[in-house]
Amino acid sequence: MTFYFAIIGTKDNPIYETEFGTSKQGGDGHARFPDEQRPMNQFILHSALDIVEEVQWVQKELYLKTVDRFNNLLVSCFLTAGNIKFLLLHDSKAEDPIRQFFADVHEAYVKTLMNPFYEVDMRITSTVFDSKVRAAAKKYL
Amino acid sequence: MSSTKAARIGEEVWKTRIDKVNAELVTLTYGSIVAQLCKDYEGDYMEVNKQLDKMGYNIGLRLIEDFLAKTNTGRCINFRDTAETISKIGFKVFLNITPTVTNWATDNKQFSLVFEENPLADFVELPDDGRAQNELWYSNILCGVLRGALEMVQMQVDAHFTSDVLRGNETTEMRVSLIRIIDDELPPGDD
Repeated sequence: MTFYFAIIGTKDNPIYETEFGTSKQGGDGHARFPDEQRPMNQFILHSALDIVEEVQWVQKELYLKTVDRFNNLLVSCFLTAGNIKFLLLHDSKAEDPIRQFFADVHEAYVKTLMNPFYEVDMRITSTVFDSKVRAAAKKYL
Repeated sequence: MSSTKAARIGEEVWKTRIDKVNAELVTLTYGSIVAQLCKDYEGDYMEVNKQLDKMGYNIGLRLIEDFLAKTNTGRCINFRDTAETISKIGFKVFLNITPTVTNWATDNKQFSLVFEENPLADFVELPDDGRAQNELWYSNILCGVLRGALEMVQMQVDAHFTSDVLRGNETTEMRVSLIRIIDDELPPGDD
């Protein structure tokens, strides 16, 4: 399994992105996207934003589950109360691990937001945040 | 006063006579002050340090009065006594932390406070503009508080941070040095 993860700010601006592979079943945690697929990932997530905005008003949970698909790829979304979108592109269904992954990232994001030098919609450059996301990915995905 | 006695008084006063306030409220309030100063002085961190120290100084001038009223501690017999009182009672009562007193100079006029925890700096990561890590002393207000408070009890001191975990150092350490005891000065021409 290979994942592409991005966080989208309130103005549909990307503020963080990363890619990683599964660490389960002997995976080494490296992403395995073909080179021609890589630039497509951003487009796929971008096009999912419209659907997120529809789903967000019917779903009560912050975790919107799988909102969109493209060929064999799925897009899962988690929406924070401050309208920050966590989008995860993945190639097979795994609802619960992804929910746990999002919960951990959410916690890390809240901590980042508490930093007085960070403002909403700013790019997240913190290495602490980055390593927390990677740790969560390793743990659950 | 022995350090255990100081610790006891600190604990006692903290438990019985102090109004508590949510820690995150303090952290976020202080954080937004520092962030705003950094914005106002357009990243001139030296100036931000200076302003924080000045704000702390003005707090210290008043806080000592409150401190003495709440804790009923008498005059310290020497500077070592003062250090224990600052750490075990002062910081305990106002921030619920007890920084370690260490690294005494041989003349007993300089010591370090090592902060294992710092409620002001929770969640904080310094901006990575390449300068903040070397120039900004995030918790500099504490230096000013000590300077102001001790000045009101006839001790002129210099307090400054020498390391900070926010900068990637191992510890957060503040150096406090006694410059002089301020003698009571008679008004000129009144002898």
